[in-house]
Amino acid sequence: MVSELDYLKESASQTAGPYVHIGLAPHAAGFDIFENNFSHVLATAETKGERITIEGRVIDGSGTPVRDVLVELWQANAAGKYNHPADRQRKPVDPTFRGWGRACSDFESGIFTFDTIKPGIVEGRGGRSMAPHVNLWIVARGINIGLNTRMYFSDETAANAADPVLNLIEWEVRRNTLIGQREERSGKRIYRFDIHLQGPQETVFFDV
Amino acid sequence: MAGAQMAKNEVEQSYGEFAQRDRTVHPPPFAPTYKTTVLRSPRNALISLQNSLSEITAPVFSRDELGPLDHDLILNYAKGGLPIGERIIVHGYVLDEFRRPVPNALVEVWQANAGGRYRHKKDTYIAPVDPNFGGCGRVLTDRDGHYVYRTIRPGPYPWRNSVNDWRPAHIHYSISGSGWVQRLITQMYFEGDPLIAHDPIVRTIPSESAIRQLIGVLDKNAAMPLDSLAYRFDIVVRGARATWFESHVQGQPAMQRE
Repeated sequence: MVSELDYLKESASQTAGPYVHIGLAPHAAGFDIFENNFSHVLATAETKGERITIEGRVIDGSGTPVRDVLVELWQANAAGKYNHPADRQRKPVDPTFRGWGRACSDFESGIFTFDTIKPGIVEGRGGRSMAPHVNLWIVARGINIGLNTRMYFSDETAANAADPVLNLIEWEVRRNTLIGQREERSGKRIYRFDIHLQGPQETVFFDV
Repeated sequence: MAGAQMAKNEVEQSYGEFAQRDRTVHPPPFAPTYKTTVLRSPRNALISLQNSLSEITAPVFSRDELGPLDHDLILNYAKGGLPIGERIIVHGYVLDEFRRPVPNALVEVWQANAGGRYRHKKDTYIAPVDPNFGGCGRVLTDRDGHYVYRTIRPGPYPWRNSVNDWRPAHIHYSISGSGWVQRLITQMYFEGDPLIAHDPIVRTIPSESAIRQLIGVLDKNAAMPLDSLAYRFDIVVRGARATWFESHVQGQPAMQRE
């Protein structure tokens, strides 16, 4: 008698298509329907931590910005704690900070932005610290299955050098594709992060 | 009673690592018959990552964030009249690969109207916008992983790929589960639609069984007689493995293998 595994198969991914905004960001599609809308603003006035803006573009294989992309961001709070019951680190949850947002690229410039706070260090597998990072998920027309990547911070050189995930990437030159570059612009701290879908600067994407 | 109930909830809400993604059920990123994928598909191999806290956690949504009509696409954009088209109920379960229900999953849907036109400033198809139809909705699954919403059956429409390509009638789905790795966008098609066999986007899926899994089936038992037909569509997301593995994700594992 042989045991049969009756596991199910994950439903197949399909592209988000050109009109993803209707469902996930109706204001961007050009109409108002829900009372409560999800947005690219993660931090409120009460949220603890250093205010930052993450700004970037998704660039296709011809070098053209993708102007119909939707990006979601998931991150820990300033103490390095995810607002989720599976995070059992002994650190405080910030009740004003869910740590999640979604942004659409601008239909002209292709630029997306997130207004958030800089996350803290999160404990990684086996107790190894992960450098501050945000998790990104990218969908659009022509992307058959959502792309997972991370953005790390250019001013965390030492933590980045010890990060267990960055160190998994065999090609050191490719690790740089995951570093958001710090800029100061009109009093705001901005991390610039362009995501390249193809080409010599192709961003590292993860199979998570 | 309350204690037993709580214990059951704790079992259901246990968190662990997720099973590795089986990419053979998914369309490959580079699928040239769907032309837009050519310049938008990475060329390097993905870097495989074991789950950390960043992957097993995800945003938690609550019922009070959603409005009372968010799951009723027939009424949630009605401006003094009702939308044109076939009234349908769509329902089903969000399950994981181990057949466990996924409670509190955020299910977001969007679609064209009965004529195949989207309410989107970039859609220029000749079919008219329906003044009473927005075309989007959202619902959280209940503790059994069940969701339900009401809408108008969308129409097929042409799209620029080859000059005579048509999308079969479909409803877009976005699923946010309990872990970041469960995030999924897919589409539901309708049983019996002859366009499914001709659609370059459907055909990016490598197997017939995976395509069948994206087809909603007529469910007369869920219909409202004299009012609305119903379709059943279940969605499967990544499976959470038993909590025995969890000690690897945070804290020192019992056996260090890295």
